Amino acid sequence: MSVLPQEAGLREVGGPSALGGGSRRFFDLLWLMSVTEFRRTYFGTVFGYLWSLVRPLALFGILLFVFTKVFRVGSELPNYPVLLLLGIVQFTFFQEATTNAVTSVVSQEGVVRKTQFPRLVIPLATVLTAFFNFCLNFLIVVAFMLAWGIDPKLTWLYYPGAIAVLFVFTTASSMILSVLYVRFRDVAIIWTVGAQVLFYATPILYPLGEPGLNDPHVEKILMLNPLGVLFEQIRCWLIEPGAPTAAQAAGGTLNLLPAAAIFLAVCAFGVWVFSREAPRIAEDL
Amino acid sequence: MPVDNAPSSPSSVDRRQRAPAAGDPLAIQVEDLRKAFRIPTHRVDSFKERLVRPFAGRDFRELKALDGISFDVRKGEFFGIVGRNGSGKSTLLKILASIYRADAGKIRMAGRLAPFIELGVGFNAELTARENVVLNGVMMGLTPRETRNRLDAVIEFAELEEFSELKLKNYSSGMLVRLAFSVMMEADADVLLIDEVLAVGDASFQQKCADAFRAMKENGKTIVLVTHEMATVEEYCHRAMLIDGGKIRQIGDPAETGREYLKLNFERGVETGEPTAAGGADGARLLDCWLEDAAGERTTTIEQDEPIRLRAELEVEREASGIGLGFVIADPNGLGLFEFGTAVLAPDGSDEVPAGERIVVKAEVENRLAPGRHFVHLGAQSNRGGGVSIYVHNAVDFVVFGTTSTKGVVSLAHEIEASLEPEAER
Repeated sequence: MSVLPQEAGLREVGGPSALGGGSRRFFDLLWLMSVTEFRRTYFGTVFGYLWSLVRPLALFGILLFVFTKVFRVGSELPNYPVLLLLGIVQFTFFQEATTNAVTSVVSQEGVVRKTQFPRLVIPLATVLTAFFNFCLNFLIVVAFMLAWGIDPKLTWLYYPGAIAVLFVFTTASSMILSVLYVRFRDVAIIWTVGAQVLFYATPILYPLGEPGLNDPHVEKILMLNPLGVLFEQIRCWLIEPGAPTAAQAAGGTLNLLPAAAIFLAVCAFGVWVFSREAPRIAEDL
Repeated sequence: MPVDNAPSSPSSVDRRQRAPAAGDPLAIQVEDLRKAFRIPTHRVDSFKERLVRPFAGRDFRELKALDGISFDVRKGEFFGIVGRNGSGKSTLLKILASIYRADAGKIRMAGRLAPFIELGVGFNAELTARENVVLNGVMMGLTPRETRNRLDAVIEFAELEEFSELKLKNYSSGMLVRLAFSVMMEADADVLLIDEVLAVGDASFQQKCADAFRAMKENGKTIVLVTHEMATVEEYCHRAMLIDGGKIRQIGDPAETGREYLKLNFERGVETGEPTAAGGADGARLLDCWLEDAAGERTTTIEQDEPIRLRAELEVEREASGIGLGFVIADPNGLGLFEFGTAVLAPDGSDEVPAGERIVVKAEVENRLAPGRHFVHLGAQSNRGGGVSIYVHNAVDFVVFGTTSTKGVVSLAHEIEASLEPEAER
């Protein structure tokens, strides 16, 4: 067949991609999907939101009991309950977002296989839904902090920045997991274990940098974890200005570089693997 | 299902009236499209397996789904794509819809494409109809505001005003289809890609679809329809394309494409040892075949239990004697449900039929068919001297509608009783 001269109004069709279909549609869809899902989960039933609080609060209660009454590590630190609650709420965001993201693309199979849908919206919506939940939970943490007697300080203004970093890391991890799950269905099981390991490897139950509390060598290894660096610095900004900063906990600013490199590597890998796999998701499902 | 206002007369759209001509602007331009799938001989789908057998699944077989497809669709055209299962037609549609990526080739499109190839995709059963309509509208590329403005119109067209706050999981399948269709209609896209949509829903909904398609056609929408039902193509399309083995086998007039498609089916039939025949040059020609209602009007829909009044006209081109003529009524899967026939006799009782004669067939069949689409195949054969031998696949098709839903293909007259036995007699 002859190649016809290009006519006015014809645009080339690019094929499926992570963002496909225009940025306005992308953000409209992302927002709508996250909000709808959030509303459905937390306001659809009478106890919707309260119910979602049960898990982190129960975890908080148990851990608080174990680490102040049984092991007594926590009772030596003045603000241990606040730290614990903040850590749990922050980690719950990461865990909830990534765990839901793993199966998100596959469970939206119909949409992926039957429509031209910007693939990235799917894992991103799960992250955003978890983030809305985090914002609500954080209000409770703030109330608890104030009741505990922690005064608001200027360094609180750094907190949104820290959360932005957490958000980016969570998003990148979700992108990797959701797209790997399409190919390898045991990612779901692996990630349940992985998230558990990460929970204990992140300074939530124990703070880092406290003299004489932990082995300094172990602390150095733990500070390879970008979440560890972040949580440690947040403790300093939000709760105890006198607490060791992330740099101090790692034993020098230079020692933060590996964690920063891991953070950047995860983000870069997330973007790369997702944009590489996105056009093929429909075929692999 | 609500009673439709539209008459249940044949919904055939006059394709000659507004057929886009060569000068009209293009809506879709496809150039040398290629797509191959890699099918691993051993699929590795877990990390565990990848660890245990690191090199497993490296071998694959390549399947060429599309092998150099080029065609144009003009603005306002209703374009049909037909082909057997596995011919590549659905792959083509998915590439057009940006669901699959092509390996090579170019697609250019004018106007906004409805990014759906099936009705009701993306509906979330846990959400209400309203929420779903908004979500779907945004998927179609409208802004949330535009969608909310059209919300009432969509719900109204679907006739679901009372159920707009009901979660979709509580909807019947008919209600779902109506909602999905109405969303698609309101999305106002310029180019629509549709995969087998006409097979969905009951007779009155199919009627509504037909009306809606006519409206879309008049509004200058471009529609690409993928199907394996020739009847649909011949009824709606301006042009049709036949794909076989990833290549274009025929493109142009729907009737021509239909014949080519039949030929293709029969060729395959030879390979599998099925009976073969073809309509046309075999001593007789089928002029027309249709169904009538009680008033003698042509129809394509029959109510359940209403007799099937079948009519056909044939022209005998070669002198023949002892012609036997028969019909097979088949379901959409090609399963023959009922066969019947008769000998062709002249008024004086002789079975000699001279060339040039017309055979008029009138048949009335008790309608025990389950609701759904059915096809009629026609065959005629002379028993002496090989004068006439024709077979026409899908001479006519029709829809049986009714309220009883059944898992069977027929609904037979029956008596059934179930009672509890009195305890004392046990």
